Amino acid sequence: MSHDVAEIQKHVRLYVTVFAALAAFTVVTVGVSYLHLSTMPAIILALTIATIKGSLVACYFMHLISEKKLIFIVLAVTLLFFVLLLFIPSLTEGEAIFKNLRHVS
Amino acid sequence: MTGMTNSKLGIWLFLASEVMLFGALFSTYILLRTGAESWPHGSSLLNVPLATLNTMILITSSVTMVMAWASLMMNRFGRYRLYMGLTVLLALGFLVVKGFEYGMKLEHHITPATSTFYAIYFTMTGLHGLHVLGGILVNGYFLFPGSRLWKTNPKQFTGRVEAAGLYWHFVDLVWIFLFPVLYLL
Repeated sequence: MSHDVAEIQKHVRLYVTVFAALAAFTVVTVGVSYLHLSTMPAIILALTIATIKGSLVACYFMHLISEKKLIFIVLAVTLLFFVLLLFIPSLTEGEAIFKNLRHVS
Repeated sequence: MTGMTNSKLGIWLFLASEVMLFGALFSTYILLRTGAESWPHGSSLLNVPLATLNTMILITSSVTMVMAWASLMMNRFGRYRLYMGLTVLLALGFLVVKGFEYGMKLEHHITPATSTFYAIYFTMTGLHGLHVLGGILVNGYFLFPGSRLWKTNPKQFTGRVEAAGLYWHFVDLVWIFLFPVLYLL
Protein backbone atom coordinates (compact mmCIF):
# COMPACT_ATOMS: atom_id res chain seq x y z
CA MET A 1 0.00 0.00 0.00
CA SER A 2 1.49 3.30 -1.07
CA HIS A 3 1.76 6.16 1.43
CA ASP A 4 0.93 8.65 -1.33
CA VAL A 5 -1.67 11.07 0.07
CA ALA A 6 -3.44 11.53 -3.29
CA GLU A 7 -3.82 7.78 -3.60
CA ILE A 8 -5.22 7.44 -0.08
CA GLN A 9 -7.71 10.23 -0.89
CA LYS A 10 -8.83 8.16 -3.88
CA HIS A 11 -9.34 5.24 -1.47
CA VAL A 12 -11.39 7.49 0.83
CA ARG A 13 -13.78 8.38 -2.03
CA LEU A 14 -14.11 4.66 -2.74
CA TYR A 15 -14.92 3.95 0.94
CA VAL A 16 -17.75 6.49 0.82
CA THR A 17 -19.14 4.86 -2.34
CA VAL A 18 -18.93 1.40 -0.75
CA PHE A 19 -20.74 2.75 2.34
CA ALA A 20 -23.57 4.09 0.14
CA ALA A 21 -23.83 0.71 -1.61
CA LEU A 22 -23.93 -1.15 1.74
CA ALA A 23 -26.67 1.15 3.05
CA ALA A 24 -28.68 0.75 -0.17
CA PHE A 25 -28.37 -3.06 -0.08
CA THR A 26 -29.51 -3.06 3.56
CA VAL A 27 -32.65 -1.12 2.58
CA VAL A 28 -33.25 -3.54 -0.32
CA THR A 29 -32.85 -6.66 1.82
CA VAL A 30 -35.26 -5.32 4.48
CA GLY A 31 -37.72 -4.16 1.78
CA VAL A 32 -37.68 -7.55 0.06
CA SER A 33 -38.44 -9.30 3.37
CA TYR A 34 -41.79 -7.45 3.49
CA LEU A 35 -42.77 -9.01 0.14
CA HIS A 36 -43.10 -12.39 1.94
CA LEU A 37 -41.66 -14.45 -0.90
CA SER A 38 -41.79 -18.24 -0.56
CA THR A 39 -38.92 -19.78 1.43
CA MET A 40 -36.47 -20.77 -1.34
CA PRO A 41 -36.47 -17.49 -3.35
CA ALA A 42 -36.39 -15.51 -0.08
CA ILE A 43 -33.32 -17.43 1.16
CA ILE A 44 -31.53 -17.20 -2.20
CA LEU A 45 -32.21 -13.46 -2.52
CA ALA A 46 -31.30 -12.59 1.09
CA LEU A 47 -28.07 -14.63 0.96
CA THR A 48 -27.11 -13.20 -2.46
CA ILE A 49 -27.47 -9.64 -1.12
CA ALA A 50 -25.56 -10.57 2.07
CA THR A 51 -22.77 -12.13 -0.04
CA ILE A 52 -22.51 -8.98 -2.18
CA LYS A 53 -22.38 -6.80 0.96
CA GLY A 54 -19.84 -9.12 2.61
CA SER A 55 -17.67 -9.11 -0.54
CA LEU A 56 -17.73 -5.29 -0.63
CA VAL A 57 -16.54 -5.16 3.00
CA ALA A 58 -13.84 -7.81 2.44
CA CYS A 59 -12.60 -6.44 -0.90
CA TYR A 60 -12.52 -2.72 -0.08
CA PHE A 61 -12.55 -2.14 3.70
CA MET A 62 -10.30 -5.15 4.34
CA HIS A 63 -8.26 -4.37 1.18
CA LEU A 64 -8.52 -7.97 0.01
CA ILE A 65 -8.63 -6.81 -3.60
CA SER A 66 -4.99 -5.68 -3.42
CA GLU A 67 -3.76 -8.24 -0.87
CA LYS A 68 -0.78 -10.59 -1.13
CA LYS A 69 -1.12 -14.15 -2.43
CA LEU A 70 -0.36 -15.67 0.98
CA ILE A 71 -3.56 -14.22 2.46
CA PHE A 72 -5.57 -15.82 -0.36
CA ILE A 73 -3.95 -19.20 0.36
CA VAL A 74 -4.96 -18.85 4.03
CA LEU A 75 -8.51 -17.93 3.01
CA ALA A 76 -8.77 -20.70 0.41
CA VAL A 77 -7.81 -23.31 3.04
CA THR A 78 -10.34 -21.74 5.45
CA LEU A 79 -13.05 -21.82 2.78
CA LEU A 80 -12.28 -25.49 2.06
CA PHE A 81 -12.65 -26.41 5.74
CA PHE A 82 -15.75 -24.23 6.08
CA VAL A 83 -17.44 -26.04 3.17
CA LEU A 84 -16.39 -29.40 4.68
CA LEU A 85 -17.83 -28.28 8.01
CA LEU A 86 -21.17 -27.57 6.33
CA PHE A 87 -21.03 -30.65 4.11
CA ILE A 88 -20.17 -33.41 6.61
CA PRO A 89 -23.17 -32.89 8.94
CA SER A 90 -25.50 -32.48 5.95
CA LEU A 91 -24.42 -35.99 4.82
CA THR A 92 -26.19 -37.41 7.87
CA GLU A 93 -29.23 -35.30 7.05
CA GLY A 94 -29.06 -36.56 3.44
CA GLU A 95 -29.01 -40.16 4.67
CA ALA A 96 -32.14 -39.54 6.73
CA ILE A 97 -33.91 -38.09 3.67
CA PHE A 98 -32.75 -41.11 1.61
CA LYS A 99 -34.11 -43.52 4.25
CA ASN A 100 -37.45 -41.69 4.27
CA LEU A 101 -37.67 -41.93 0.48
CA ARG A 102 -37.02 -45.69 0.58
CA HIS A 103 -39.59 -46.04 3.31
CA VAL A 104 -42.19 -44.25 1.15
CA SER A 105 -41.47 -46.37 -1.96
CA MET B 1 8.67 -11.95 4.50
CA THR B 2 8.62 -9.15 1.95
CA GLY B 3 5.63 -6.85 1.95
CA MET B 4 3.80 -8.76 4.65
CA THR B 5 4.01 -7.87 8.32
CA ASN B 6 3.75 -10.56 10.98
CA SER B 7 0.76 -8.75 12.49
CA LYS B 8 -1.15 -8.83 9.22
CA LEU B 9 -0.55 -12.53 8.62
CA GLY B 10 -1.34 -13.17 12.30
CA ILE B 11 -4.66 -11.32 12.23
CA TRP B 12 -5.73 -13.08 9.01
CA LEU B 13 -4.94 -16.48 10.56
CA PHE B 14 -6.95 -15.45 13.62
CA LEU B 15 -9.85 -14.38 11.37
CA ALA B 16 -9.62 -17.75 9.60
CA SER B 17 -10.15 -19.43 12.99
CA GLU B 18 -13.08 -17.07 13.61
CA VAL B 19 -14.64 -18.12 10.29
CA MET B 20 -14.50 -21.71 11.57
CA LEU B 21 -16.06 -20.73 14.91
CA PHE B 22 -18.98 -18.86 13.35
CA GLY B 23 -19.12 -21.45 10.56
CA ALA B 24 -19.78 -24.18 13.14
CA LEU B 25 -22.68 -22.14 14.55
CA PHE B 26 -24.15 -21.37 11.10
CA SER B 27 -23.82 -25.08 10.24
CA THR B 28 -25.65 -26.00 13.47
CA TYR B 29 -28.37 -23.47 12.69
CA ILE B 30 -28.92 -24.89 9.19
CA LEU B 31 -29.12 -28.46 10.52
CA LEU B 32 -31.52 -27.59 13.35
CA ARG B 33 -33.72 -25.54 11.03
CA THR B 34 -33.90 -28.12 8.24
CA GLY B 35 -34.50 -30.88 10.81
CA ALA B 36 -37.29 -28.99 12.61
CA GLU B 37 -40.95 -29.69 11.84
CA SER B 38 -41.74 -25.99 11.82
CA TRP B 39 -39.66 -22.85 12.16
CA PRO B 40 -40.86 -19.34 13.03
CA HIS B 41 -40.29 -16.44 10.65
CA GLY B 42 -37.66 -14.28 12.36
CA SER B 43 -39.50 -11.02 11.68
CA SER B 44 -42.60 -12.26 13.54
CA LEU B 45 -40.59 -12.71 16.77
CA LEU B 46 -37.72 -10.25 16.55
CA ASN B 47 -37.55 -6.47 16.22
CA VAL B 48 -36.58 -5.82 12.57
CA PRO B 49 -36.49 -1.95 12.79
CA LEU B 50 -34.04 -2.07 15.73
CA ALA B 51 -31.87 -4.65 13.95
CA THR B 52 -31.94 -2.54 10.76
CA LEU B 53 -30.79 0.45 12.83
CA ASN B 54 -28.00 -1.70 14.28
CA THR B 55 -26.98 -2.84 10.78
CA MET B 56 -26.64 0.80 9.73
CA ILE B 57 -24.69 1.61 12.93
CA LEU B 58 -22.24 -1.24 12.29
CA ILE B 59 -21.77 -0.40 8.61
CA THR B 60 -21.09 3.24 9.54
CA SER B 61 -18.59 2.14 12.18
CA SER B 62 -16.77 0.08 9.55
CA VAL B 63 -16.40 3.21 7.40
CA THR B 64 -15.17 5.35 10.32
CA MET B 65 -12.68 2.56 11.17
CA VAL B 66 -11.20 2.47 7.68
CA MET B 67 -11.16 6.29 7.67
CA ALA B 68 -9.20 6.21 10.96
CA TRP B 69 -6.57 4.05 9.28
CA ALA B 70 -6.58 6.23 6.13
CA SER B 71 -6.09 9.32 8.34
CA LEU B 72 -2.92 7.79 9.81
CA MET B 73 -1.72 6.95 6.29
CA MET B 74 -2.18 10.65 5.45
CA ASN B 75 -0.32 11.67 8.62
CA ARG B 76 -3.40 13.31 10.17
CA PHE B 77 -3.40 12.16 13.78
CA GLY B 78 -6.20 14.53 14.86
CA ARG B 79 -8.51 13.08 12.22
CA TYR B 80 -7.50 9.58 13.31
CA ARG B 81 -8.60 10.39 16.89
CA LEU B 82 -11.94 11.70 15.60
CA TYR B 83 -12.71 8.68 13.42
CA MET B 84 -11.48 6.16 15.99
CA GLY B 85 -13.58 7.90 18.67
CA LEU B 86 -16.63 7.70 16.39
CA THR B 87 -15.96 4.00 15.76
CA VAL B 88 -15.91 3.26 19.50
CA LEU B 89 -19.05 5.37 20.09
CA LEU B 90 -20.94 3.62 17.27
CA ALA B 91 -19.89 0.22 18.63
CA LEU B 92 -21.19 1.25 22.07
CA GLY B 93 -24.41 2.40 20.36
CA PHE B 94 -24.76 -1.04 18.78
CA LEU B 95 -24.48 -2.70 22.20
CA VAL B 96 -27.01 -0.27 23.72
CA VAL B 97 -29.57 -1.09 20.98
CA LYS B 98 -28.83 -4.81 21.41
CA GLY B 99 -29.28 -4.35 25.16
CA PHE B 100 -32.77 -2.88 24.55
CA GLU B 101 -33.60 -5.83 22.31
CA TYR B 102 -32.43 -8.36 24.89
CA GLY B 103 -34.19 -6.38 27.65
CA MET B 104 -37.53 -6.52 25.82
CA LYS B 105 -37.19 -10.28 25.36
CA LEU B 106 -36.19 -10.92 28.97
CA GLU B 107 -39.07 -8.72 30.18
CA HIS B 108 -41.42 -11.16 28.46
CA HIS B 109 -39.52 -14.03 30.11
CA ILE B 110 -38.07 -15.08 26.78
CA THR B 111 -34.68 -16.75 27.32
CA PRO B 112 -32.45 -19.15 25.35
CA ALA B 113 -34.44 -21.98 26.99
CA THR B 114 -37.73 -20.77 25.44
CA SER B 115 -37.24 -22.52 22.08
CA THR B 116 -34.59 -23.78 19.66
CA PHE B 117 -35.07 -20.54 17.69
CA TYR B 118 -34.32 -18.38 20.72
CA ALA B 119 -31.43 -20.64 21.77
CA ILE B 120 -29.84 -19.99 18.36
CA TYR B 121 -30.76 -16.29 18.44
CA PHE B 122 -29.19 -15.66 21.86
CA THR B 123 -26.12 -17.82 21.16
CA MET B 124 -25.25 -16.26 17.81
CA THR B 125 -26.08 -12.64 18.64
CA GLY B 126 -24.48 -13.10 22.08
CA LEU B 127 -21.22 -14.36 20.60
CA HIS B 128 -21.31 -11.55 18.05
CA GLY B 129 -21.99 -9.05 20.86
CA LEU B 130 -18.92 -10.35 22.72
CA HIS B 131 -16.89 -9.69 19.57
CA VAL B 132 -18.26 -6.14 19.46
CA LEU B 133 -17.20 -5.71 23.10
CA GLY B 134 -13.73 -7.04 22.20
CA GLY B 135 -13.55 -4.51 19.37
CA ILE B 136 -14.47 -1.67 21.74
CA LEU B 137 -11.67 -2.70 24.13
CA VAL B 138 -9.05 -3.00 21.38
CA ASN B 139 -10.11 0.20 19.56
CA GLY B 140 -10.44 2.04 22.88
CA TYR B 141 -6.87 1.02 23.68
CA PHE B 142 -5.60 2.32 20.33
CA LEU B 143 -7.63 5.51 20.81
CA PHE B 144 -5.98 6.44 24.11
CA PRO B 145 -2.99 4.66 25.76
CA GLY B 146 -1.96 2.63 22.70
CA SER B 147 -1.72 5.74 20.52
CA ARG B 148 1.49 6.82 22.30
CA LEU B 149 3.28 4.56 19.80
CA TRP B 150 2.41 7.06 17.03
CA LYS B 151 5.11 9.43 18.33
CA THR B 152 7.90 6.87 18.42
CA ASN B 153 6.98 4.46 15.61
CA PRO B 154 4.13 5.73 13.39
CA LYS B 155 4.53 2.91 10.86
CA GLN B 156 4.12 0.20 13.49
CA PHE B 157 1.17 2.05 15.03
CA THR B 158 -0.53 2.32 11.61
CA GLY B 159 0.02 -1.42 11.16
CA ARG B 160 -1.62 -2.12 14.52
CA VAL B 161 -4.62 0.04 13.65
CA GLU B 162 -4.87 -1.76 10.30
CA ALA B 163 -4.95 -5.13 12.11
CA ALA B 164 -7.60 -3.84 14.56
CA GLY B 165 -9.53 -2.61 11.51
CA LEU B 166 -9.40 -6.02 9.81
CA TYR B 167 -10.90 -7.52 12.98
CA TRP B 168 -13.56 -4.83 13.18
CA HIS B 169 -14.60 -5.26 9.51
CA PHE B 170 -14.88 -9.00 10.16
CA VAL B 171 -17.29 -8.31 13.05
CA ASP B 172 -19.33 -6.17 10.61
CA LEU B 173 -19.18 -8.95 8.03
CA VAL B 174 -20.55 -11.54 10.47
CA TRP B 175 -23.48 -9.23 11.30
CA ILE B 176 -24.18 -8.75 7.55
CA PHE B 177 -24.97 -12.48 7.45
CA LEU B 178 -26.57 -12.79 10.90
CA PHE B 179 -29.09 -10.02 10.20
CA PRO B 180 -30.96 -11.60 7.25
CA VAL B 181 -30.50 -15.17 8.49
CA LEU B 182 -31.98 -14.55 11.95
CA TYR B 183 -34.29 -11.56 11.46
CA LEU B 184 -35.56 -11.67 7.88
CA LEU B 185 -35.88 -15.32 6.88
